[in-house]
Amino acid sequence: MTRFWTRLLVVLTVILGVNYVAWRWYASLNWDAWWIAVPLVIAETYSLIDVMLFGLTVWNLKIRKPPPTAPADATVDVFITTYNEPLDLVLTTALAAKDISWPHSTWILDDGNRPEMRELADTHGIGYVTRGADWTPDMPRHAKAGNLNNALMVTSGEYLLILDADQIPEPDILDKTLGYFNDDRVALVQTPQYFINVPADDPLGSQAPLFYGPIQQGKDGWNAAFFCGSNAILRREALMQLGLVGYVKATEKSVRRALSASKQAIKKARRSEEARNPLVEQMLNEVEAATTAAQQELDARVSLSEITYRVRRKVDDAVRTLVAADFSALQSDLEEIAAMELAHVGEGGVTTVATDAVDRMSGRDWSPLGALESVHAVLEAISVERTDEAQPIMPLATISVTEDMATAMRIHGLGWKSVYHHEILANGLAPEDLKTMLTQRLRWAQGTMQVLLRENPLVQRRLSWGQRLMYFSTMWTYLSGFAAVVYFAAPIIYLTLGILPVSSLSWDFFIRFIPFMVVNQLLFVVAGHGIPTWRGQQYSLALFPTWIKACTTAARNVWFGRPLGFAVTPKARQSGGPSWSLIRPQITVAVLLAVAMVVGIARLLTGLSEPLGTLVNVAWVAFDLVVLSVLVKAVLYKGFVPEDVGPKRPEERNADAV
Amino acid sequence: MQMQFSYEVKDTYAEVKSVGRLNMVAAPKLREVVNEVVAGGSNRVVVNLAETNFMDSSGLGALIGCLKAARQAGGDLRIAAVQPQVKMVLELTNMDRVLTAYPSAEEAFGDD
Repeated sequence: MTRFWTRLLVVLTVILGVNYVAWRWYASLNWDAWWIAVPLVIAETYSLIDVMLFGLTVWNLKIRKPPPTAPADATVDVFITTYNEPLDLVLTTALAAKDISWPHSTWILDDGNRPEMRELADTHGIGYVTRGADWTPDMPRHAKAGNLNNALMVTSGEYLLILDADQIPEPDILDKTLGYFNDDRVALVQTPQYFINVPADDPLGSQAPLFYGPIQQGKDGWNAAFFCGSNAILRREALMQLGLVGYVKATEKSVRRALSASKQAIKKARRSEEARNPLVEQMLNEVEAATTAAQQELDARVSLSEITYRVRRKVDDAVRTLVAADFSALQSDLEEIAAMELAHVGEGGVTTVATDAVDRMSGRDWSPLGALESVHAVLEAISVERTDEAQPIMPLATISVTEDMATAMRIHGLGWKSVYHHEILANGLAPEDLKTMLTQRLRWAQGTMQVLLRENPLVQRRLSWGQRLMYFSTMWTYLSGFAAVVYFAAPIIYLTLGILPVSSLSWDFFIRFIPFMVVNQLLFVVAGHGIPTWRGQQYSLALFPTWIKACTTAARNVWFGRPLGFAVTPKARQSGGPSWSLIRPQITVAVLLAVAMVVGIARLLTGLSEPLGTLVNVAWVAFDLVVLSVLVKAVLYKGFVPEDVGPKRPEERNADAV
Repeated sequence: MQMQFSYEVKDTYAEVKSVGRLNMVAAPKLREVVNEVVAGGSNRVVVNLAETNFMDSSGLGALIGCLKAARQAGGDLRIAAVQPQVKMVLELTNMDRVLTAYPSAEEAFGDD
């Protein structure tokens, strides 16, 4: 029955929303003030699309029945990822993981490589994994994705339960989820992330009941439930397949690139000083011939291992021959000298030295090619060893700081299925101060934008349209920072300058706007089963500087290779007093809003403005201020006091809704 | 129980025989065996898959790890005598773009 009402409200929202926004575009723009009128109508269009994507999400809401029992011989590795979290926190989670009833192996994946952690793990009979020898300092580490990829190579369970260091699992977490994998196309089962250190009013907006509820259930209906990094079970086969496909793609690309780079490098090298040496010139000819042959083979679909092997052999042979030729000349000189001057030095001695020297000089660093740095470097890149990564197979995606979303999208792209299991099976810790919370939100938003810019879901041909839109929908929400700025600016501009972005605030406006707003809010109430969504709505506007920063830093990172300024979210509360400086932009906006309100009322009293326009905009400003007020609470929040009763857990909420 | 992996050092290459299922459980063992062979001085390795009736992505991943080890030692790793299921997995993961499947272990290094 809820499904019917939800869908009815979605249809109404779309009809009324399009009706309103179309009217805004075609009939209501105040072109005299285009500089605010156009941004405002764009912001409204943005919001309409946002609501439509939400409607599409909940259209297919999937309420799952408990899965069947898994085969008793299913093997599981439980991974606890840690970097710098306190040892006792990690150990608490690890011991709870050890107590999971389904037979499994527990591993602490310690990216901090702490001897005390290893000792604790050993003492309690828990596996301990840290980066292997391949992860030399010059290799990219890829944070959590790298940590997991490393562990995948040294473990062998059929399924992997991934837990953040602070996510304490229930003993029955595997009993309740493994059965989904009886469908052998299922690659992922995600369970909610729920935080136990959050008071009832959730000042930092830590709980995400709308996401770990209707949104994930809706995505699930489109076979697009997201992987959220923790509290999820993955099928190793799917991850490894992803790693292989990625490896082949990366290798083919790098070989192709290296072959063309090699030609360029040879061209350049021919113009250099060293190329005057006939030995070097001849070698460049050989290398060029090998490169050309390789390119032809690549187009003829010869396998990459053959191509790269042949190039390497040809180049090595050429180097050897030439060095040997050079040496035999040298050697005959030496022998002559020896014969002339040092009769007591045996022939054998000279020969032995020479053979050894040819070997050494033929090595890549010592050969005359070694002198031609650029040629040398590109030849190294013609390989199937993926020399730019610590290990050739990288199952978890490394294109984003939120490896989870990128990985899930690729898994879906390979045709695997995912499941969202709506039951809390692990209890975690949320940040307890604003600074940490902001860092975490920034990271999520940055990672999401990186995926959008690197692998835009809308153009992923192997995803269904439902899946593409489900991924796009989440990315779209992170653009809200730009819309928020316009929503703050428009009433300020009217109240202080009397400039209205709409041609008139008349009956025409209200009759279109109000019904849309009403059904829109009703949709959230019905689709969300009355879940408190207000906190989330507040933060989606109030954190506008974070969202904007995420977009700009991610764009600079993807397009210009600049660092994100990435930080691991600290699990321990940051000390110090209230940090108002963290929300300076929001304070500025709040002051401007308040001043605008006073000015607006003054203008009304002096007859400079109309009553209706002033009323609407004062109400708008009041709404904005109420939204921003959440940050006051957040700055003053002193951390969790255990007596507080947190909001209800989703299953209890569900029970209420039935 | 039968040894799943065995090897024999021949004149110009070392042959590693893989028997049975080359899956996530067997993958680390294959890596161990090949590392041992390479460390023993044979950097030209053929993995004979004539009796490997099943391979999964972890098995293939191990082969790539072994290929890297052999290449870094200045040699190569090749696969021979793949069975239908293995051939299918190679194609499914596009791994046939990287690895050539030679008809037999003898032919794997036939060209050099």
